[in-house]
Amino acid sequence: MNIFAIMKRELKAYFYSPIAYVVFALFLLLAGYFFSMILLLSKEASMRAAMYNFVITLLFFAPLITMRLFAEERKTGTLEVLMTRPVRDIEVVLGKFFAALSLYALMLASTLVYVGVLVKYGNPDMGPIWSGYLGLFLLGACFIALGIFASTLTESQIIAAVVGFAFMLLFWVIGWLSGTLGFSTESIFTYISLSSHFDDFVRGIIDFRAVIYYLSFVVFFLFVTVKSIEVRKWK
Amino acid sequence: MIHVKNLCKKYSSFEALKDISFDVEKGEVVGFLGPNGAGKTTTMRILTGYLPMTSGKVEIDGLDVYEESLKVRSKIGYLPETTPLYMDMTVKEYVSYIAELKKISKEERKEQVKKAMNDCGVGHIKDKLIKTLSKGFKQRVGIAQALVGNPEVLILDEPTIGLDPNQIVEIRNLIKDLGKEKTVILSTHILQEVSATCNKVIIISEGKIVAIDSPENLTSRLSGGMRVDITVKGPESEIRTCLEGLDAIKEVKEAGQEGGIATLRVFAKEGQDPREVIASAVVRNGWGLKEMRREAVNLEEIFMKLTKDDKKS
Repeated sequence: MNIFAIMKRELKAYFYSPIAYVVFALFLLLAGYFFSMILLLSKEASMRAAMYNFVITLLFFAPLITMRLFAEERKTGTLEVLMTRPVRDIEVVLGKFFAALSLYALMLASTLVYVGVLVKYGNPDMGPIWSGYLGLFLLGACFIALGIFASTLTESQIIAAVVGFAFMLLFWVIGWLSGTLGFSTESIFTYISLSSHFDDFVRGIIDFRAVIYYLSFVVFFLFVTVKSIEVRKWK
Repeated sequence: MIHVKNLCKKYSSFEALKDISFDVEKGEVVGFLGPNGAGKTTTMRILTGYLPMTSGKVEIDGLDVYEESLKVRSKIGYLPETTPLYMDMTVKEYVSYIAELKKISKEERKEQVKKAMNDCGVGHIKDKLIKTLSKGFKQRVGIAQALVGNPEVLILDEPTIGLDPNQIVEIRNLIKDLGKEKTVILSTHILQEVSATCNKVIIISEGKIVAIDSPENLTSRLSGGMRVDITVKGPESEIRTCLEGLDAIKEVKEAGQEGGIATLRVFAKEGQDPREVIASAVVRNGWGLKEMRREAVNLEEIFMKLTKDDKKS
């Protein structure tokens, strides 16, 4: 019940300020540009290449969605009001997480227009498109969990965004370390990497291990977030 | 109602609270008084469960604030020091949101929110954005937020800071009204505030309690006899000798002289009221009594005395 109340407020707060409108509009502008350029160049009724470009766009936009969630409340002091209400820390974190996730899902859903264009004028293979969207959704959830964690580390939204972006990018490219360190690290870094699991989704494969990986990534970082807001109690 | 025992709080090496104990009964309005950095905010944060204590015990309504934090929090309305509010919500939206977090059922919520807003005098601006309100109204919204859901205990951290004199009086009256039904703890470093609103004062300095008493008792306990300031037209030294000869008077100090008008401060012996004797003595000698005022010992002096004694020991 509290989770829902917090989620509702946070979601509204995105629209009280211009953040949601700016992020939405510019994300759609870029996504539309990628989609149409790729379509014009490849003449292929598929979303595959466009989806990789959505991810790159998302890398920049996800920190902007998450940066304010805790940093702003810490700066203005409203966090103290929130944490002294009969609300569990985990409820606050989940409320904020689901608010950001809903905003992201809304952004993602609005790109379905492009799928509509493909269906109208071509004959796309719908399997990889749906699994790709599932992958994008799960990946976005991971980015948001990381971003929320970054937001608890500081009072400054800018720092929260920069730290969030760095974490996201690092987890996206950490697979490159595979095999380069000389010992048998291949499987570890490939497994940790967010991108290696994403490939299957775009190809149309829903690998249960990948789903479990993304979900446990989210759970882990939400757990760390809860611990991070408890840090005030250890000082 | 509130029971604090041997409370200590350490921030790494800094000891913010050193063994604090006090009790607050139901229905009391307690003023927590101390200079900046004395430990007022820390105490309030521990009472509200925002920070844990290093050692000691705090019970509110029989519940341990650390063990049963959630239950305790639902009994408390809290306004932190800087009155943090969500600036981009309207008054009504904000108070309803807090009511929702306090788990007030949907049927009751509307009524409770309305009542809290009206009690704090923000009912008529309920649809305004909080960021457009004046500081005084923001403060009222902060109190409305603490008040919604009818908590038994209200904890207000510096509720009048940064307000103009009219707003201060309004907020003090509001707190006084609230104190009729609820247990209120408020912190302040302004001494008139406690004498204006509280029936119990806890004076705290450098993490220690230096006095707990009612404002009146503190005044009489520490002030000694009555003090009277008089302004008299006449020769200053003669007036002094004359007054010093009177029975009820312990000491007369010169406060100033200007154009044949003397201002004197008269200290009476303990338990004596020297005002009538002074008046008749002045009149008998043919001097002109311009003004006579009983000077109450203010809490500032008491406060300085207490904290100074504390440092010496």
